[in-house]
Amino acid sequence: MILSIKYFGLLAEITNKEEELIDFSRSYIWELLEVLYIKYPNLKNKDFQVAQNQELVPFETEINGKEIVLLPPFSGG
Amino acid sequence: MDRYNRHIILSEVGQTGQAKLFQAKVLVVGAGGLGCPVLQYLAAAGVGTIGIIDFDVVEESNLQRQILFGRSSLGKNKAEAAKSRLQDLNDTITIKAYAEMLTFKNAIDLFNQYDIIVDGTDNFETRYLINDASVITGKPVVFGAIYKFQGQVSVFNYHHGPTYRCAFPNKPKKDAIPNCSEIGVLGVLSGIIGTMQANEVLKIILNIGHVLIGKLWCYDALLNQTTTLSIKKNDVEIQNVLLGKNNFENQPFETYCESDFEVSIKVIINKDNIQFIDVREFYELPKVEGISIKQIPLRELKNHIDKISIDKEKAFFCQSGIRSKQAVSILKQYNIHNCFSIKEGAFEINRYIKGSQKHITNE
Repeated sequence: MILSIKYFGLLAEITNKEEELIDFSRSYIWELLEVLYIKYPNLKNKDFQVAQNQELVPFETEINGKEIVLLPPFSGG
Repeated sequence: MDRYNRHIILSEVGQTGQAKLFQAKVLVVGAGGLGCPVLQYLAAAGVGTIGIIDFDVVEESNLQRQILFGRSSLGKNKAEAAKSRLQDLNDTITIKAYAEMLTFKNAIDLFNQYDIIVDGTDNFETRYLINDASVITGKPVVFGAIYKFQGQVSVFNYHHGPTYRCAFPNKPKKDAIPNCSEIGVLGVLSGIIGTMQANEVLKIILNIGHVLIGKLWCYDALLNQTTTLSIKKNDVEIQNVLLGKNNFENQPFETYCESDFEVSIKVIINKDNIQFIDVREFYELPKVEGISIKQIPLRELKNHIDKISIDKEKAFFCQSGIRSKQAVSILKQYNIHNCFSIKEGAFEINRYIKGSQKHITNE
Protein backbone atom coordinates (compact mmCIF):
# COMPACT_ATOMS: atom_id res chain seq x y z
CA MET A 1 0.00 0.00 0.00
CA ILE A 2 1.33 3.42 -0.94
CA LEU A 3 1.07 5.92 1.93
CA SER A 4 1.46 9.66 1.60
CA ILE A 5 3.36 11.00 4.61
CA LYS A 6 3.42 14.71 5.42
CA TYR A 7 5.89 16.29 7.82
CA PHE A 8 4.95 19.51 9.63
CA GLY A 9 7.14 22.03 11.41
CA LEU A 10 10.64 21.02 12.38
CA LEU A 11 10.00 17.42 11.31
CA ALA A 12 10.27 18.56 7.69
CA GLU A 13 13.73 19.93 8.53
CA ILE A 14 14.79 16.49 9.75
CA THR A 15 13.42 14.60 6.77
CA ASN A 16 14.35 17.37 4.33
CA LYS A 17 10.95 17.15 2.70
CA GLU A 18 7.40 18.22 3.37
CA GLU A 19 5.86 15.14 1.88
CA GLU A 20 6.77 11.72 0.50
CA LEU A 21 5.21 8.49 -0.67
CA ILE A 22 6.17 5.29 1.11
CA ASP A 23 5.35 1.75 0.08
CA PHE A 24 4.31 0.11 3.32
CA SER A 25 2.95 -3.37 3.88
CA ARG A 26 2.53 -3.70 7.64
CA SER A 27 -0.44 -2.83 9.86
CA TYR A 28 0.12 -0.30 12.64
CA ILE A 29 1.18 3.34 12.99
CA TRP A 30 4.05 2.33 15.27
CA GLU A 31 5.31 -0.06 12.62
CA LEU A 32 5.38 2.79 10.15
CA LEU A 33 7.27 4.91 12.70
CA GLU A 34 9.86 2.14 13.07
CA VAL A 35 10.48 2.36 9.35
CA LEU A 36 10.71 6.15 9.49
CA TYR A 37 13.07 6.07 12.49
CA ILE A 38 15.48 3.92 10.53
CA LYS A 39 15.24 6.27 7.58
CA TYR A 40 15.51 9.42 9.72
CA PRO A 41 17.23 8.58 13.03
CA ASN A 42 16.85 12.16 14.36
CA LEU A 43 13.09 11.81 14.22
CA LYS A 44 13.27 9.54 17.24
CA ASN A 45 14.11 12.35 19.68
CA LYS A 46 11.22 14.53 18.57
CA ASP A 47 7.77 14.92 20.07
CA PHE A 48 4.96 14.62 17.58
CA GLN A 49 1.46 13.32 17.03
CA VAL A 50 0.23 11.31 14.09
CA ALA A 51 -2.90 11.98 12.07
CA GLN A 52 -4.46 9.40 9.78
CA ASN A 53 -7.09 10.58 7.28
CA GLN A 54 -7.13 14.01 8.98
CA GLU A 55 -7.66 12.63 12.47
CA LEU A 56 -5.14 12.54 15.34
CA VAL A 57 -4.71 8.91 16.41
CA PRO A 58 -2.63 6.98 19.00
CA PHE A 59 0.41 5.08 17.74
CA GLU A 60 -1.23 1.73 18.40
CA THR A 61 -3.89 2.48 15.77
CA GLU A 62 -4.19 0.23 12.73
CA ILE A 63 -3.41 1.92 9.43
CA ASN A 64 -6.52 2.09 7.28
CA GLY A 65 -5.95 5.28 5.34
CA LYS A 66 -3.61 6.56 2.71
CA GLU A 67 -2.77 9.93 4.26
CA ILE A 68 -0.56 10.23 7.29
CA VAL A 69 0.57 13.49 8.91
CA LEU A 70 3.35 13.75 11.47
CA LEU A 71 2.86 16.94 13.41
CA PRO A 72 4.86 18.36 16.29
CA PRO A 73 3.33 20.65 18.92
CA PHE A 74 4.28 24.31 18.41
CA SER A 75 5.08 26.46 21.42
CA GLY A 76 5.78 29.81 19.74
CA GLY A 77 3.62 32.86 20.19
CA MET B 1 -23.12 54.04 18.19
CA ASP B 2 -21.32 54.92 14.97
CA ARG B 3 -18.16 53.12 16.07
CA TYR B 4 -19.82 49.70 15.62
CA ASN B 5 -22.01 50.56 12.62
CA ARG B 6 -20.33 48.05 10.27
CA HIS B 7 -20.97 45.30 12.81
CA ILE B 8 -24.53 46.33 13.55
CA ILE B 9 -25.59 46.34 9.91
CA LEU B 10 -24.54 42.68 9.64
CA SER B 11 -27.63 40.59 10.30
CA GLU B 12 -25.44 37.96 12.06
CA VAL B 13 -24.31 40.58 14.60
CA GLY B 14 -26.81 43.44 14.90
CA GLN B 15 -27.57 45.41 18.07
CA THR B 16 -28.00 42.14 20.00
CA GLY B 17 -24.63 40.79 18.94
CA GLN B 18 -22.91 44.05 19.71
CA ALA B 19 -24.46 44.00 23.18
CA LYS B 20 -23.15 40.44 23.65
CA LEU B 21 -19.67 41.63 22.72
CA PHE B 22 -19.92 44.45 25.25
CA GLN B 23 -20.94 42.04 28.00
CA ALA B 24 -18.16 39.55 27.20
CA LYS B 25 -15.02 39.18 29.32
CA VAL B 26 -11.93 37.82 27.60
CA LEU B 27 -8.53 37.13 29.15
CA VAL B 28 -5.56 37.17 26.79
CA VAL B 29 -2.51 35.35 28.17
CA GLY B 30 0.62 36.78 26.56
CA ALA B 31 0.73 40.13 24.75
CA GLY B 32 3.29 39.06 22.17
CA GLY B 33 3.14 38.08 18.50
CA LEU B 34 -0.25 36.36 18.86
CA GLY B 35 -1.64 38.41 21.73
CA CYS B 36 -1.18 41.76 19.94
CA PRO B 37 -3.43 41.07 16.93
CA VAL B 38 -5.97 39.25 19.13
CA LEU B 39 -6.14 42.24 21.48
CA GLN B 40 -6.28 44.77 18.68
CA TYR B 41 -9.31 43.14 17.04
CA LEU B 42 -11.12 42.35 20.29
CA ALA B 43 -10.73 45.93 21.52
CA ALA B 44 -11.80 47.34 18.15
CA ALA B 45 -14.81 44.99 18.09
CA GLY B 46 -15.96 46.36 21.43
CA VAL B 47 -15.42 43.35 23.71
CA GLY B 48 -16.46 45.00 26.98
CA THR B 49 -13.86 43.62 29.38
CA ILE B 50 -10.41 42.56 28.25
CA GLY B 51 -7.74 41.24 30.60
CA ILE B 52 -4.09 41.12 29.52
CA ILE B 53 -1.51 39.16 31.48
CA ASP B 54 2.19 39.36 30.60
CA PHE B 55 5.24 39.79 32.83
CA ASP B 56 7.65 40.63 30.00
CA VAL B 57 8.88 44.03 28.76
CA VAL B 58 8.90 45.33 25.20
CA GLU B 59 12.22 44.93 23.36
CA GLU B 60 13.24 46.30 20.00
CA SER B 61 13.26 42.79 18.45
CA ASN B 62 9.54 42.48 19.31
CA LEU B 63 8.51 45.36 17.03
CA GLN B 64 8.84 43.20 13.88
CA ARG B 65 5.59 41.42 14.81
CA GLN B 66 4.12 42.74 18.08
CA ILE B 67 2.08 45.41 16.39
CA LEU B 68 0.62 47.19 19.43
CA PHE B 69 4.04 48.52 20.37
CA GLY B 70 6.22 51.30 19.05
CA ARG B 71 9.48 52.93 20.04
CA SER B 72 7.77 54.71 22.92
CA SER B 73 6.86 51.30 24.45
CA LEU B 74 10.45 50.01 24.66
CA GLY B 75 11.31 48.88 28.17
CA LYS B 76 7.68 49.04 29.34
CA ASN B 77 5.71 46.05 30.57
CA LYS B 78 3.82 44.48 27.65
CA ALA B 79 0.45 44.24 29.44
CA GLU B 80 0.65 47.92 30.48
CA ALA B 81 1.92 49.10 27.08
CA ALA B 82 -0.81 47.13 25.27
CA LYS B 83 -3.44 48.56 27.59
CA SER B 84 -2.47 52.17 26.88
CA ARG B 85 -2.49 51.57 23.10
CA LEU B 86 -5.85 49.76 23.24
CA GLN B 87 -7.45 52.37 25.47
CA ASP B 88 -6.61 54.92 22.77
CA LEU B 89 -8.18 52.64 20.17
CA ASN B 90 -11.35 52.17 22.24
CA ASP B 91 -12.06 54.14 25.42
CA THR B 92 -15.56 52.66 25.86
CA ILE B 93 -14.30 49.28 27.12
CA THR B 94 -12.59 48.15 30.33
CA ILE B 95 -9.03 46.89 29.98
CA LYS B 96 -7.20 45.30 32.88
CA ALA B 97 -3.43 44.85 32.72
CA TYR B 98 -1.74 42.23 34.92
CA ALA B 99 2.01 42.83 34.84
CA GLU B 100 2.81 39.40 36.20
CA MET B 101 3.39 35.79 35.23
CA LEU B 102 0.50 33.35 34.99
CA THR B 103 1.14 30.78 37.72
CA PHE B 104 -0.64 27.91 39.47
CA LYS B 105 -1.34 30.36 42.29
CA ASN B 106 -3.11 33.10 40.32
CA ALA B 107 -4.56 31.15 37.35
CA ILE B 108 -7.79 29.85 38.92
CA ASP B 109 -8.84 33.18 40.47
CA LEU B 110 -8.03 35.04 37.29
CA PHE B 111 -9.78 32.58 34.95
CA ASN B 112 -12.91 32.70 37.14
CA GLN B 113 -13.27 36.40 36.33
CA TYR B 114 -13.47 35.82 32.54
CA ASP B 115 -15.65 33.93 30.03
CA ILE B 116 -13.02 33.02 27.45
CA ILE B 117 -9.26 32.48 27.73
CA VAL B 118 -6.95 33.19 24.77
CA ASP B 119 -3.63 31.33 24.72
CA GLY B 120 -0.99 33.52 23.10
CA THR B 121 1.95 32.29 25.14
CA ASP B 122 5.36 31.17 23.92
CA ASN B 123 6.17 28.12 26.04
CA PHE B 124 4.77 24.67 26.81
CA GLU B 125 4.77 25.08 30.59
CA THR B 126 2.25 27.93 30.37
CA ARG B 127 0.22 26.21 27.64
CA TYR B 128 -0.33 23.12 29.83
CA LEU B 129 -1.03 25.38 32.83
CA ILE B 130 -3.68 27.25 30.79
CA ASN B 131 -5.22 23.94 29.74
CA ASP B 132 -5.43 22.59 33.28
CA ALA B 133 -6.74 25.82 34.82
CA SER B 134 -9.36 26.13 32.07
CA VAL B 135 -10.53 22.53 32.59
CA ILE B 136 -10.86 23.19 36.33
CA THR B 137 -12.70 26.50 35.88
CA GLY B 138 -14.72 25.27 32.87
CA LYS B 139 -13.59 28.02 30.48
CA PRO B 140 -13.03 27.65 26.73
CA VAL B 141 -9.50 28.26 25.46
CA VAL B 142 -8.85 29.80 22.06
CA PHE B 143 -5.46 28.31 21.26
CA GLY B 144 -2.86 29.54 18.78
CA ALA B 145 0.79 28.56 18.31
CA ILE B 146 3.41 29.26 15.67
CA TYR B 147 6.67 27.88 14.33
CA LYS B 148 8.66 29.76 11.66
CA PHE B 149 6.15 29.81 8.75
CA GLN B 150 3.47 27.52 10.22
CA GLY B 151 0.70 27.92 12.75
CA GLN B 152 -1.97 25.97 14.63
CA VAL B 153 -5.35 27.20 15.90
CA SER B 154 -8.02 25.39 17.89
CA VAL B 155 -10.75 25.94 20.47
CA PHE B 156 -10.35 23.67 23.47
CA ASN B 157 -12.63 22.75 26.34
CA TYR B 158 -15.72 24.29 24.76
CA HIS B 159 -19.16 22.63 24.67
CA HIS B 160 -17.66 19.45 26.17
CA GLY B 161 -15.13 19.22 23.34
CA PRO B 162 -11.53 17.97 23.59
CA THR B 163 -8.79 19.82 25.48
CA TYR B 164 -5.17 20.64 24.66
CA ARG B 165 -4.04 17.49 26.47
CA CYS B 166 -6.39 15.39 24.29
CA ALA B 167 -4.45 16.61 21.23
CA PHE B 168 -0.99 16.69 22.81
CA PRO B 169 -0.99 14.36 25.84
CA ASN B 170 2.79 14.31 26.25
CA LYS B 171 4.35 17.55 27.33
CA PRO B 172 7.61 17.98 25.40
CA LYS B 173 10.79 18.18 27.39
CA LYS B 174 11.84 21.70 28.19
CA ASP B 175 13.49 23.36 25.19
CA ALA B 176 12.70 20.36 22.96
CA ILE B 177 11.00 22.66 20.46
CA PRO B 178 12.76 25.98 19.93
CA ASN B 179 10.67 29.16 20.27
CA CYS B 180 10.52 32.28 18.08
CA SER B 181 13.29 34.11 19.90
CA GLU B 182 15.69 31.24 19.23
CA ILE B 183 14.73 30.31 15.72
CA GLY B 184 12.89 33.23 14.16
CA VAL B 185 9.36 33.66 12.90
CA LEU B 186 7.82 35.46 9.95
CA GLY B 187 6.19 38.54 11.52
CA VAL B 188 3.02 38.38 9.46
CA LEU B 189 2.42 34.74 10.47
CA SER B 190 1.70 35.84 14.06
CA GLY B 191 -0.76 38.33 12.57
CA ILE B 192 -2.54 35.62 10.56
CA ILE B 193 -2.75 33.14 13.43
CA GLY B 194 -3.64 35.79 16.05
CA THR B 195 -6.37 37.15 13.79
CA MET B 196 -7.76 33.63 13.36
CA GLN B 197 -7.88 33.37 17.16
CA ALA B 198 -9.73 36.71 17.41
CA ASN B 199 -12.21 35.38 14.84
CA GLU B 200 -12.88 32.27 16.97
CA VAL B 201 -13.37 34.44 20.08
CA LEU B 202 -15.93 36.62 18.28
CA LYS B 203 -17.81 33.58 16.92
CA ILE B 204 -18.00 32.10 20.42
CA ILE B 205 -19.35 35.34 21.89
CA LEU B 206 -21.80 35.94 19.04
CA ASN B 207 -22.75 32.26 18.83
CA ILE B 208 -22.45 32.23 15.05
CA GLY B 209 -20.77 29.98 12.47
CA HIS B 210 -18.65 26.93 13.20
CA VAL B 211 -16.15 27.12 16.03
CA LEU B 212 -12.95 25.01 15.84
CA ILE B 213 -14.16 22.56 18.52
CA GLY B 214 -12.33 19.26 18.18
CA LYS B 215 -10.42 20.59 15.16
CA LEU B 216 -6.79 21.59 14.88
CA TRP B 217 -6.42 24.06 12.03
CA CYS B 218 -2.88 23.97 10.63
CA TYR B 219 -1.56 26.62 8.28
CA ASP B 220 1.60 26.79 6.18
CA ALA B 221 2.33 30.33 4.99
CA LEU B 222 4.99 29.26 2.46
CA LEU B 223 2.93 26.56 0.75
CA ASN B 224 -0.44 28.35 1.19
CA GLN B 225 -1.70 25.07 2.61
CA THR B 226 -4.28 24.55 5.30
CA THR B 227 -5.03 21.20 6.93
CA THR B 228 -7.78 20.65 9.47
CA LEU B 229 -7.23 17.63 11.71
CA SER B 230 -9.88 16.30 14.06
CA ILE B 231 -9.08 15.67 17.70
CA LYS B 232 -10.77 12.99 19.76
CA LYS B 233 -11.79 13.78 23.30
CA ASN B 234 -9.80 11.85 25.88
CA ASP B 235 -11.84 11.65 29.08
CA VAL B 236 -8.99 10.11 31.05
CA GLU B 237 -6.75 13.12 30.37
CA ILE B 238 -9.55 15.47 31.45
CA GLN B 239 -10.37 13.46 34.57
CA ASN B 240 -6.71 13.48 35.61
CA VAL B 241 -6.65 17.27 35.48
CA LEU B 242 -9.83 17.45 37.55
CA LEU B 243 -8.33 15.06 40.12
CA GLY B 244 -5.55 17.59 40.75
CA LYS B 245 -8.09 20.34 41.41
CA ASN B 246 -7.73 20.60 45.19
CA ASN B 247 -3.97 20.80 45.18
CA PHE B 248 -3.69 22.92 42.05
CA GLU B 249 -2.55 26.20 43.57
CA ASN B 250 0.23 24.58 45.56
CA GLN B 251 2.09 23.18 42.57
CA PRO B 252 5.42 24.92 42.07
CA PHE B 253 5.84 26.13 38.49
CA GLU B 254 9.42 24.99 37.99
CA THR B 255 8.78 21.37 38.96
CA TYR B 256 5.87 21.28 36.55
CA CYS B 257 8.19 19.96 33.85
CA GLU B 258 7.78 16.24 33.65
CA SER B 259 10.87 14.26 34.43
CA ASP B 260 12.56 12.40 31.66
CA PHE B 261 11.07 8.91 31.55
CA GLU B 262 13.25 7.58 28.76
CA VAL B 263 16.20 5.59 30.05
CA SER B 264 18.96 3.42 28.72
CA ILE B 265 19.08 -0.29 29.50
CA LYS B 266 22.57 0.40 30.88
CA VAL B 267 21.07 2.50 33.67
CA ILE B 268 17.89 0.61 34.40
CA ILE B 269 19.43 -2.86 34.55
CA ASN B 270 21.33 -1.98 37.70
CA LYS B 271 18.18 -1.05 39.59
CA ASP B 272 16.60 -3.43 42.07
CA ASN B 273 12.90 -4.12 42.38
CA ILE B 274 11.98 -3.43 38.79
CA GLN B 275 9.39 -5.07 36.54
CA PHE B 276 10.45 -5.45 32.89
CA ILE B 277 7.52 -5.40 30.48
CA ASP B 278 7.78 -6.32 26.80
CA VAL B 279 5.00 -4.54 24.87
CA ARG B 280 5.72 -6.27 21.57
CA GLU B 281 3.45 -8.86 19.98
CA PHE B 282 4.08 -12.45 21.08
CA TYR B 283 5.50 -13.44 17.69
CA GLU B 284 8.16 -10.71 17.60
CA LEU B 285 11.82 -11.69 17.81
CA PRO B 286 14.34 -11.69 19.35
CA LYS B 287 13.04 -12.70 22.74
CA VAL B 288 14.95 -10.92 25.47
CA GLU B 289 16.82 -13.39 27.65
CA GLY B 290 18.60 -13.20 30.97
CA ILE B 291 16.05 -11.08 32.79
CA SER B 292 12.57 -11.82 34.03
CA ILE B 293 9.96 -10.35 31.71
CA LYS B 294 6.23 -9.95 31.54
CA GLN B 295 4.82 -9.64 28.03
CA ILE B 296 1.75 -7.47 27.35
CA PRO B 297 1.37 -6.31 23.73
CA LEU B 298 0.73 -2.57 23.53
CA ARG B 299 -2.76 -2.85 22.07
CA GLU B 300 -3.76 -5.14 24.98
CA LEU B 301 -2.22 -2.94 27.67
CA LYS B 302 -5.41 -1.14 28.68
CA ASN B 303 -7.11 -4.50 29.36
CA HIS B 304 -4.26 -5.79 31.51
CA ILE B 305 -3.59 -2.87 33.84
CA ASP B 306 -3.95 -5.31 36.77
CA LYS B 307 -0.81 -7.15 35.64
CA ILE B 308 1.31 -4.03 36.17
CA SER B 309 3.10 -4.00 39.49
CA ILE B 310 2.10 -1.10 41.72
CA ASP B 311 5.03 -1.32 44.15
CA LYS B 312 7.85 -1.86 41.68
CA GLU B 313 9.31 0.49 39.13
CA LYS B 314 8.31 -0.50 35.61
CA ALA B 315 10.61 -0.61 32.59
CA PHE B 316 8.91 -1.03 29.22
CA PHE B 317 10.64 -2.07 26.04
CA CYS B 318 9.77 -3.02 22.47
CA GLN B 319 11.56 -3.31 19.14
CA SER B 320 12.74 0.29 18.91
CA GLY B 321 11.48 2.38 21.83
CA ILE B 322 8.32 3.75 20.19
CA ARG B 323 5.68 1.47 21.66
CA SER B 324 7.36 1.48 25.08
CA LYS B 325 7.07 5.30 25.16
CA GLN B 326 3.41 5.01 24.25
CA ALA B 327 2.96 2.43 27.03
CA VAL B 328 4.31 4.87 29.63
CA SER B 329 1.93 7.57 28.50
CA ILE B 330 -1.04 5.15 28.56
CA LEU B 331 -0.20 4.14 32.13
CA LYS B 332 0.18 7.79 33.12
CA GLN B 333 -3.47 8.20 32.15
CA TYR B 334 -4.33 5.45 34.62
CA ASN B 335 -2.26 7.24 37.27
CA ILE B 336 0.34 4.48 37.31
CA HIS B 337 3.69 6.14 37.83
CA ASN B 338 7.32 5.02 38.19
CA CYS B 339 7.27 3.86 34.59
CA PHE B 340 10.24 4.07 32.27
CA SER B 341 10.64 3.51 28.57
CA ILE B 342 13.88 1.81 27.55
CA LYS B 343 15.42 3.68 24.64
CA GLU B 344 17.04 0.64 23.10
CA GLY B 345 15.13 -2.06 21.26
CA ALA B 346 15.05 -5.76 22.10
CA PHE B 347 18.06 -6.57 19.92
CA GLU B 348 20.30 -4.03 21.65
CA ILE B 349 18.95 -4.97 25.07
CA ASN B 350 19.92 -8.59 24.45
CA ARG B 351 23.34 -7.58 23.26
CA TYR B 352 23.90 -5.47 26.35
CA ILE B 353 22.74 -8.15 28.76
CA LYS B 354 24.99 -10.74 27.11
CA GLY B 355 27.88 -8.31 26.96
CA SER B 356 27.67 -7.30 30.57
CA GLN B 357 27.33 -10.94 31.57
CA LYS B 358 25.17 -9.80 34.36
CA HIS B 359 22.65 -12.39 35.39
CA ILE B 360 19.62 -11.20 37.14
CA THR B 361 17.64 -13.64 39.15
CA ASN B 362 13.97 -14.03 38.45
CA GLU B 363 11.42 -12.06 40.39
